Parts: sequence; structure tokens; C-alpha cells
Amino acid sequence: MHDFDFVRPQTVSDAVRALATPDAQALSGGQTLLPAMKVRLAAPAVLVSLMHIPDMVFVRADGDVLRVGGATTHAQVAREAAGAYPALASLAARIGDPAVRSRGTIGGSLANNDPSACYPAGVLASNATIVTDRREIGADDFFQGMFTTALEEGEIVVEVRFPIPDAARYEKFIQPASRFPLTAAFVARHSGGARVAITGASESGVFRWHEAEVALTSDFAVQALDGLAVDADGMIADLHGSSAYRAHLAGVMTRRAVAAIV
Amino acid sequence: MPKDGGIGDSPKRREDVRFLTGTGRYSDDINIYNQVYAYFVRSDVAHGRIAGIDAEAAAAMPGVLRIFTARDFEGVGGIPCGWQITSRDGSVMNEPKHPVLADGKVRHVGDPIAVVVAETLAQARDAAEAVVIDIEDLPAIMDMRAALTPDAPLVHEDMGTNLCYDWGFVEDNRQAVDDAIAHAHHVTTLELRNNRLVANPMEPRVALAEWNAAADEYTLYTTSQNPHVIRLLMGAFVLGIPEHKLRVVAPDVGGGFGSKIFHYAEEAFCTFAAKALRRPVKWVSSRSEAFMSDAHGRDHVTKIELALDENGKFLALRTETLANMGAYLSTFAPSIPTWLHGTLMAGNYTTPLIYVNVKAVFTNTVPVDAYRGAGRPEATYQLERVVDKAAREMGIDPVDLRRRNFITEFPYATPVAVEYDTGDYHATMDKLLALSDHAGFEARAEESRRRGMLRGFGIAHYIEACGIAPSNLVGQLGARAGLYESATVRVNATGSISVMTGSHSHGQGHETTFAQVVGDMIGIDPAQVDIIHGDTARTPMGMGTYGSRSIAVGGSAMVRATEKIIAKAKKIAAHLMEASEHDIELKDGRFTIAGTDRSVAWGDVTLAAYVPHNYPLEEIEPGLEETAFYDPANFTYPSGAYGCEVEVDPQTGKVTVLSFTAADDFGNVINPMIVEGQVHGGLAQGFGQAMMENCAYDADGQLISASYMDYAMPRAADLPMFTVDSTCATPCTHNPLGVKGCGEAGAIGSPPAFVNAVIDALQRGGHDVTHIDMPLTPDRVWEAMQERGVRDA
Ligand SMILES: Cc1cc2nc3c(=O)[nH]c(=O)nc-3n(C[C@H](O)[C@H](O)[C@H](O)COP(=O)(O)OP(=O)(O)OC[C@H]3O[C@@H](n4cnc5c(N)ncnc54)[C@H](O)[C@@H]3O)c2cc1C
Repeated sequence: MHDFDFVRPQTVSDAVRALATPDAQALSGGQTLLPAMKVRLAAPAVLVSLMHIPDMVFVRADGDVLRVGGATTHAQVAREAAGAYPALASLAARIGDPAVRSRGTIGGSLANNDPSACYPAGVLASNATIVTDRREIGADDFFQGMFTTALEEGEIVVEVRFPIPDAARYEKFIQPASRFPLTAAFVARHSGGARVAITGASESGVFRWHEAEVALTSDFAVQALDGLAVDADGMIADLHGSSAYRAHLAGVMTRRAVAAIV
Repeated sequence: MPKDGGIGDSPKRREDVRFLTGTGRYSDDINIYNQVYAYFVRSDVAHGRIAGIDAEAAAAMPGVLRIFTARDFEGVGGIPCGWQITSRDGSVMNEPKHPVLADGKVRHVGDPIAVVVAETLAQARDAAEAVVIDIEDLPAIMDMRAALTPDAPLVHEDMGTNLCYDWGFVEDNRQAVDDAIAHAHHVTTLELRNNRLVANPMEPRVALAEWNAAADEYTLYTTSQNPHVIRLLMGAFVLGIPEHKLRVVAPDVGGGFGSKIFHYAEEAFCTFAAKALRRPVKWVSSRSEAFMSDAHGRDHVTKIELALDENGKFLALRTETLANMGAYLSTFAPSIPTWLHGTLMAGNYTTPLIYVNVKAVFTNTVPVDAYRGAGRPEATYQLERVVDKAAREMGIDPVDLRRRNFITEFPYATPVAVEYDTGDYHATMDKLLALSDHAGFEARAEESRRRGMLRGFGIAHYIEACGIAPSNLVGQLGARAGLYESATVRVNATGSISVMTGSHSHGQGHETTFAQVVGDMIGIDPAQVDIIHGDTARTPMGMGTYGSRSIAVGGSAMVRATEKIIAKAKKIAAHLMEASEHDIELKDGRFTIAGTDRSVAWGDVTLAAYVPHNYPLEEIEPGLEETAFYDPANFTYPSGAYGCEVEVDPQTGKVTVLSFTAADDFGNVINPMIVEGQVHGGLAQGFGQAMMENCAYDADGQLISASYMDYAMPRAADLPMFTVDSTCATPCTHNPLGVKGCGEAGAIGSPPAFVNAVIDALQRGGHDVTHIDMPLTPDRVWEAMQERGVRDA
């Protein structure tokens, strides 16, 4: 690890200011950034910790919206969202291991947008809104492909607002080594229709399975998915599975999620 | 009933107090005043010519003492290989040079090219990034078959071939085996790969070397399973340091699984640099470095053919194996696919004719050497898979087919040059079937079927050979070392005992078990006995710990030394009581004149030995300290029956292991709890190999499973509770404790059981899948089901 400065602002505006210095980078749980620094793939000059900004650490149900502060750990979401949005709490409870959940945050996970991360599926299927220090971004606009988001340089995820669906379920099939999703599906039944988000599978990162959404919106049942399949084209192929296998898993995980809801 | 804390009792592991409270002393816990840090610059390509190394700018960076390259090692020996194999044509194996630092060419990702030594690790690493290395890429030689084609590029040009050796065993059987297979009623053929593994001990390797100018003495602290072997190899063959000037210490070592047997370049480098720089030099491997510099395990590709008669009697067995050596020969690499593999191909069966051919091949990969089981898992896997396949093809129950071929009379001389002294394979099989409720399997399978799952039962019966010996035989087989073990038993004046053993404990619990043996023999509290190991300055020349040899060989040496102690102590006791030594009996720590109530205590005798006022000085020397070297007459042959039950999710290919049962014959058992723990560990590693672990390279020679993000290690939650039994004991006939060894059994016997169970589940589900190469990850199981659809009902 190279030398760096470390600052610990207490407010979002102080953090934004600190991030304006050259080579500054936000640090939340450090579960992604610190390993990258240790192997010297990242070498920020200044680390701006977001973990001590009280306005960014909370889980609050506000009517039919669940609001989660950008620096809230997976462990806190797992505990505190269990009543209002159990499917999201269950997603958070299955990220990594206890150490990772006690440090890693929703903001860090979304900003990173790992193609195999869990939260992007929950956010996309929930049709959540990502609130930053300067604007609000809809989930459909936020994720822009592997490790790419709508965030600008120095922009901070301050809060995520989840419309709470009528019912939802996250089905995760783990990659045996990393235990990230090899492929996972988040299915949400909203009053306006169903949303299905698949993570881990695609070379373009998290995506919505539109055909399945249409089918489930007209008939929310496993049989509605009969004959539907995710196209293997564009799916990730690696040591842990072919693109055909991932496409197949997307179907299986979606069906299981639907079966668990109905 | 075992004595309290004696042989057969299960006292808790005394070493765990320090391991579990963070007070162990591992190599990295040792820091020497004024030490500096080494950082290795390693090749990031698999194969290439080193066109230039520019270290000038790096050398000028803060804190840098010196940057070393191959040029600094001119006149220094290469890393030696400890075993020479002779090919079928009588020629000795091709043995490439293995320089400490890459010389002219790099041959695998991770091959060390240069070393920066600096005041701090960060400075060394910063400077290492500034070392500019110009490498002209050469085509990577990855596939063993392609490597043996005539126009293949060469890992070592000067050898003119990528073949290390072409070994035939037993060559005289070849024709008879071919004939038997050609005329057999049935021949079952199986082609398989034994997957490459990374050992992954919890503690990465460390080397810390110091040179004492006044005495011209070196000390090397290293993570080794056998410090004396390192002292001999490094001192005599690499650096030319006489042994009395070189001390090698392997303090607490956090697991090895074989990977810490070998002499590594980093050890030689630090020792060399400590003198060159007149500063202690420390190197600590990162986990990433471990993946590309610790010797890997396994990596065999095999075709096996089993010939049977119409009753299922095995007539002949023929195997052809390609064994990956990697880019250089690691210390014991040549012996693993040969003497530790070919000699086991009889398994538990009476197969009269066996021929094993092994071609060892160089590739642009990390060197491959012993890993828990070393050769025996490869043998067992082939055999127990092909037997299962034969059973299916012939419509014979797999348990029954094995039973029809079990060896039942001992001693039994196999056609592959070894003689099993004892065993009772029907007993372990019976025990397995009972403990695993085999009779209830069909009902459980039906219950799974109702849930849409496929349940299967898999079985394997293994033989292993531990405590490779005797030395004169292994010398004939090409070993460049002896395989005895040593122990010094030092009785102190007040009766407490220090045992200096040549064995090395890196997790096995020797400090507990060895003390149990000595305490039991004398009849004193084992707390009075301490076990000292891992330091060439404190222990007699010993060969260390691997191959499940410690209790069988090291324990026997300790017994012999203790017997000498007891014999001498009896003489002293006889003198004290004015009796004949032949009338003296030792029981519960007291020497008694037989048939009388006259006795002296152990402590009276030990005190007399060191304060010899009333002592037979004319007949015996004062003091009570004895050393024994023990060279076994034969291997020991543990065996056992393993069974496991799995459930396959047909939608995802995911396999869940529901139960695992192990019925082992380890001969006599010193500490059943520790033995059970060893079996658990072995089973977990066997599970890892069968289901999860896969060291994979791409076609360019990049290691793609180079971290825990892609190399899947098993965790406790992946495994079921194990049912483990070792009561079917047939004691070894040729060592004093009647022990056989248990360290590797789990890793040897379990992989075929897991795979057989999955194949059984798929077959029962109507999938005509006869084989899947390990690891049986969900994607592989699913792909196999897709390829081989569902049989018509
Ligand atoms: C062993 C292990 C297992 C894991 N398993 C899983 C898993 O199963 N599923 C899963 O989804 N993830 C998994 N993760 C990743 C984990 O969820 C991380 O917490 C997450 O990816 C990053 O969150 P963080 O708070 O640690 O971010 P950091 O590492 O601190 O930062 C990551 C990136 O985001 C930026 N950033 C951080 N916070 C913000 C913010 N509020 N606004 C804008 N940018 C920000 C940083 O600058 C950096 O570029 C695992 C990680 C590990 C180490």
C-alpha cells in the first residue's frame, strides 16, 4: 500500500469538499477499495471516509418507502430492514461473511457496481432512487455496465430510497470461491407490475429481464415463465460457469424467487 | 482401559493452548535486530527470454541496500532434486538446472527474477516496482500431450525434450498385462484428470536468515516440515555451507500439507544475502505469492483399463499417466507419480497383473510436488473410480464387486513390489455399511426423489503406504536421502523428560501424542514429558514429517530410545536396591524387585544417575540420555472404507454432501481424538479436491485461480458432520507400537467416494453420465447432465 492521507468529515458537504482535492477517493467499508490498494491497483492520495457522517448512516421506513443511508453497513440493513422490507434485509444478510457485512456499505457496493454484486439487483428490481450529494438518479439510469455507474467524479451516494414492493425475493446462487453471486435474481411484485433484476450473469452488469417482467405482470406465477429463457449471448463465461450455464441459472433463480413469493 | 493420559487415551492437545491464545511463535513472529526485507520480483509471463534487467533507478531508491539477480548467483549451486527416476530404457531422468533466480529465461508465472533488499518492506516493494525487466515472450507450454510432440517448444532447451522420464512398472509385467487385457471377458476403461491443487496452509512461507560474522555461522528460520533436510540440501548442494555452521529452525509452523517439505529458492536467497549484506534478511510470502511459488499438487492425466472375468474377478490393470512436473523439479517431485503412486495400484485387491506407465512432463507452470497423500490419492482415485465404473457396466453391486476381489490373506505380496503386512478389508467395509445405514439408503433416495432431488451413495476402499522405508530400499529406488527417524530422550535429574525428535509437528499434535507414549512407557504423568522439535541445533538429524510417517517412524525411534533409558534405569535401580537387574520391573513409575514389595521411585533413579554417589560407576556411565535412529523394515499400510451420500439439485447441478462415513484401520491408535481430527482434516481436503478446488491456467500460462476469489477452499459449512471410526484395527506387525499413520488417509480415500456418489445420483436420476472430472462444481455437473440427457425410462 502506498502512503495516503486520511480525512474523516462529519458532514456530506465537508466530504464533497475533501473529495475535490487531487487524487482523493471516497472510502466506506473498504471491502473493495482496501484490497485493491494492498495489491497496488489503486493508489489514492487522500482517502475520505464516509463512515462518520451521521446523515449517511440510517435505515428508516417512511410510509411505503425504505430509506437507507449511503454509508449504512450490510449488517445494519440486515437487522433494521427486516420488518419493513424483508427481501432486502435478506439480501444484505447474505453478502459475504460477518466481517464483510460489518464493514461494507450500500453506497460502496452501488458505486463499485461489481457485475456480481448483490445490491444492484435489489436496487434495480425495487426501482429505487439513488440520492447523491447533487441529484437523484433512478435505478434504471444508474447502472451503466460492469463497474460503471452514472456517478460523476467525486459524487457521493448519500441515500437510497426503495419503494417497498408488495412482495419480493432474492435468490442467490453463489460462485463457490468468492461466494459472490454466480447468478442471482431479485424479483419484486409492485402494484404497478413485476420487476426482475439479474446480477452476476451479464457482461454488462446487472440487468432487467424484461420478458419475464411482462409475463409476471400479467400473471404472477411460475408457469407464466414457461418457455422463457435468458439469452446466453453476452453472459459471462469463466472458470466457474459458461454463459449458457449462467443464462440457465438466471431462469432457475427467477422461477425460485417467484415460487417463494406466491 | 488406557492409562490416564497414556496410550489410547484422548487428552486435549497441549499445543492448542498457545495456538488458540495467540501465543504461538511462528517464523514471522521472529524479528532480529537490524533485519532488512527482501521482496521478490517475479515473472508475470509463463515463458520468455530475459532480454534485460534494468535495476539502476530502483537501486538508488530510498532504503535499498542491493538488488540481486542471477548474476549474483554465479558459482552458487541450483536448487537440488532429491529423487532420481530411471526410465524404461534404463536412462536416468532429465534433470534441468534450477537456479535460485531465473537465469536467461523465465519458465512460469511467479518465477523469481530479481530480489530487492531494503530497510523496510515498503521500500523494497516500491523499488521492486521500479525494476524494469525486458522479457521476450516465448510460447507457453501448457498441455502435457502437446509438450511431448516432436516440434513442441521446450521449457529447457538444453535437454532437447519436455519429457522428464518415461517410467514403466513393473516393466517385466508389461506383455502379460497386455495379453490379459486383450483376451479378457470385460475391460472397463476410464480417462480422467487428477486436478491440480494449491496446498494453501494457513501460514504462508517465511524465511529469515542471519549470519554471525565472528563465528561464520548461519541461522535460518523457515516454515519447514523438515529442518534437517533443508540444512542438508541448502548447505551441501546450494550454498556450500558446512552443516556445523548452519542452523535451521522451523518453529511453530501453521500447516504444510506437503508444500513445506521442499527446499525453496527464497530460503537459499535469504541465507546467501544475509552474509552478502551482513544484515539479517527476512522474506514473508504474501498469499498471492504463495499461489505462484508454493509447489502445487497432483495434476495427472490418466487412462486406466481394468480387465475382469465373467465373475467380476480382476485379471489385469493397465494405466498410462502423464504427470505434470511444472517448470522445474521440486525436491521430491519425481518420486510422487512413481514410487508413491505405482506401488499402490493394487489397492485392496488381488489383481494379479498390473502395469503402470508414467511419463513426467515439464510445462510452464509452478513445480508440482507432494501434497497430502502424494501419489496415493492419484492411485486410489483411478482405481476406485474404475472399479465403480466396472461394477456399473457389469451390473454387479459396487460393494459386492470390491468384496469379490479383496485381499484376505496377509502378508500379501502385490504385483507392484510391496508387501502388505496386515489388514481386514471386509471388516472396514462391514463397519462402513453399518455406520452409514447403507440398508436404509433406498428409502432415503425415494424421499429425495419426492423433493425433486437426486440422491446417490458412493463408496471407496483405499490402501495407503506410510512411513516410506527402509532406507536401503529407497536408495535403490532413486532417493537421495535416508528415510529413518531419530529421537533423543533426555531424562533430567528430577525425573522430567525432554524428548528431542527428528519429526516435525506443524499442526499434527506431536507434543501431546509423543508425550503420551513416553509417559505411558515409564508410567509417569505425560505432563513430565516435553517434546522438542524443529531445530537442527537441538534435535538429532531427522527427516521430518510428511507421508504420515511421524508416529510410525518418529514414534518408533522414540520408543527405542525410551527402551534404552528404561534398560539403563533398571540397572541403576538394581544397584540402589542391591538386586539383579533382571528382577527389576517398571510399573507406574516405580522400579520393583519382582515378587517383593521393595521398590524405588523413578525420581530416585534419575537423581542417582546425575548425582552418582551410590552408583555402579564401573559398569555404567552417569547420566540418563539416549538416542535412537529407527529405520523401518517396511511401509505401514493403513486402509479403510469410505462412503458418502450426496444430493444433486438437477436444476442447478449443485451437490450437497449429506453424510460421510469413514471406517479406518490405522492399527493401534495413541490418541483417538487427535486421529479423528486428522481424518476430519483429510476428508475436508479430499472434499476440496473432489468438489471445489481447481488450480487453473489459461492457454498463455496465466494462473487464473490465483486468489481466493477464484480458488475455492472448502469451509466448515460446506461439509456434513463426519462419522469416523478407527476400531477395525489390525496392528502393524513390524514397528514397536503397532501403529500405521493417519494423516493423509482422509485426503486419499475420500475423493473417489464423493465422485462415485455424484455419478450414482445422476445415474439413478436417469442421466447416462459415467464420469465428470474433479472438481465437481455445479456448472460441471449441470453441463454433464445436459450433454448426456435423460435416459428413456
Ligand atoms: C470476502 C468478500 C466477500 C464479499 N461478498 C460479497 C457478496 O456476496 N455480494 C456483494 O454484493 N458484495 C460482496 N462483497 C463486496 C462488499 O459488499 C463490499 O462491501 C462492497 O462491494 C463495497 O462496499 P464498501 O463500503 O466496502 O466500499 P469501499 O471498498 O470503501 O469502496 C468501494 C468503491 O466505492 C466508492 N465509494 C464508497 N462509498 C461510496 C459512496 N457512498 N458514494 C460514492 N462512492 C463510494 C469508493 O471510492 C470505491 O471506489 C464482498 C467483499 C469481500 C471482501
